[in-house]
Amino acid sequence: MSLEKEQVQHIAMLARLKVADDDLPETVEKLSKIVDFVDQLSQADTKDVVPMAHPLNQSQRLRADAVTETNERDRYQDNAAQVRDGLYLVPKVIE
Amino acid sequence: MTDKALYQQSMTELAGGLAAGDFSAEELTRTLLERIESMDSDLNTIVTLTADRALDAARDADAARGAGDAGALNGLPLLHKDIFCARDVRTTCGSRMLENFVSPYDATIVERINRAGGVMLGKTNMDEFAMGSSNETSYFGDVKNPWDLARSPGGSSGGSSAAVAARFAPVATGTDTGGSIRQPAALTGTVGLKPTYGRVSRYGMIAFASSLDQAGMICRSVADAALMLGVMAGYDERDSTCIDHPVPDYVAGLDGSLKGVRVGIVKQHFDDGLDAETGEQVREALKVMEAQGAELREVDLPNLDLSVPTYYVVAPAECSSNLSRFDGVRFGHRADNPEDLLDLYCRSRGEGFGAEVRRRILTGTYVLSAGYYDAYYLKAQQVRQLIADDFRKAFADVDVIAGPTAPTPAFRLGEKTDDPVTMYLNDIYTIGANLAGLPGMSVPCGFAGGLPVGLHLVAPHFAEESLLRTGHQYQQLTDWHDRAPEAYA
Repeated sequence: MSLEKEQVQHIAMLARLKVADDDLPETVEKLSKIVDFVDQLSQADTKDVVPMAHPLNQSQRLRADAVTETNERDRYQDNAAQVRDGLYLVPKVIE
Repeated sequence: MTDKALYQQSMTELAGGLAAGDFSAEELTRTLLERIESMDSDLNTIVTLTADRALDAARDADAARGAGDAGALNGLPLLHKDIFCARDVRTTCGSRMLENFVSPYDATIVERINRAGGVMLGKTNMDEFAMGSSNETSYFGDVKNPWDLARSPGGSSGGSSAAVAARFAPVATGTDTGGSIRQPAALTGTVGLKPTYGRVSRYGMIAFASSLDQAGMICRSVADAALMLGVMAGYDERDSTCIDHPVPDYVAGLDGSLKGVRVGIVKQHFDDGLDAETGEQVREALKVMEAQGAELREVDLPNLDLSVPTYYVVAPAECSSNLSRFDGVRFGHRADNPEDLLDLYCRSRGEGFGAEVRRRILTGTYVLSAGYYDAYYLKAQQVRQLIADDFRKAFADVDVIAGPTAPTPAFRLGEKTDDPVTMYLNDIYTIGANLAGLPGMSVPCGFAGGLPVGLHLVAPHFAEESLLRTGHQYQQLTDWHDRAPEAYA
């Protein structure tokens, strides 16, 4: 097993993803298989190879800093679980 | 007039019938909606049927035609993969996370197809967030292959491929990050086109891996793919990676011949991993092309074996970043009674995402985490460059590269779900085109054990015209694409 249980728990916390205790052994096993599989990349000779940044070697274009969208806040907030007065509600962060 | 029933006709044939006034768009739409309603329970291809909206759009199309104002797709029915946002329509991406998400806007391709008069019948099932090769990761259940209900239609665009194979619609849109259009097309006896990276706008297409994702379509003939691509392709300022490159008349470009077309055969494609009967069918297809004057040449893609591991670093890395937007706050699933903000994030995401999506997010987070970035992500982007170089060298000598789309015909549902790596290897022949940003297409080329086999064609960047012409000329000589599963013929 290339990954330890604690490592997977640490990654899950970084990803803000709850992995149920019952699912943990299977998650560790399958992630280890994936990591073992991608480890074959280490054998490739990539000395002096420039890492790919874009498949067509294009650079990101810029646009003018101008308002192009209309305000549709109410429409967007229809998809939120909890809103009040145009604000998104979350559990209290600061006491 | 053709003696085919409406549901049996390709989009190109239907366009002719509508223009000639043989039937109305409303009549056509009703026929297909009834077919879906009565037959989809066995296949599960549709997540949301938009019947009322479709009938309205069809009546509008009929009125537009009457007024002499018919667009390129006027009155023509199609399905959208449920990864494309459609305004005021539920858009789930196959996930519990978006089970109740109603899109407030249209994806660019939805908008363009609507503007051309296309009629959306509904949204198709898919692997959750397009992560899967069998449609078994969908929150809305497996899709069955119309050729054999015990088998997978491929994935991630499995609802689209099965729906087109079952003659529910002549065309369904799809997306392809590692083979998600081409592999399901191969497994269902349909045509699947993934254009050049940046050819079609990704705006409003729910992101999985942004440097690999590309929109395309699954249809029954290459001519239909040409018709659709002409509407879907082109610059869009709302997608910063969409490339400003002229859109040729793809339908006009279908004419020509195979004479002198240099077809590259990759020797690594025909090694141990390939099912023998599948290989036979593909070799047969190459002979057909050669008999018409195509020149077959061997080409070498020495880093092909590394394409799958490269993909399974790059794609999960980008996925972990893209899917961080699902936080249970602004949209998407939210856990009940969170203790605090951290608990809200962790449980909303843990509950909202299925097992495969969670695995990919974790893999991506791992390869990007401190201490591992150089060994995995940077290394993978270097190998990706080597793979792209292999293609560049190969295309110095050939116009298209041809081979199998998938190593086997459709596999049984449940057959590959235990081992993620076995499932990943299904995309061995298709992933290279995504890593290098190249256009690729799968075209039906025969049967193995009674199941369809796909011929995979890849062309240089923006050479969709030559790709489509090659596929279309092949379809003038063969009738594999006209075969339908018995119960859906």
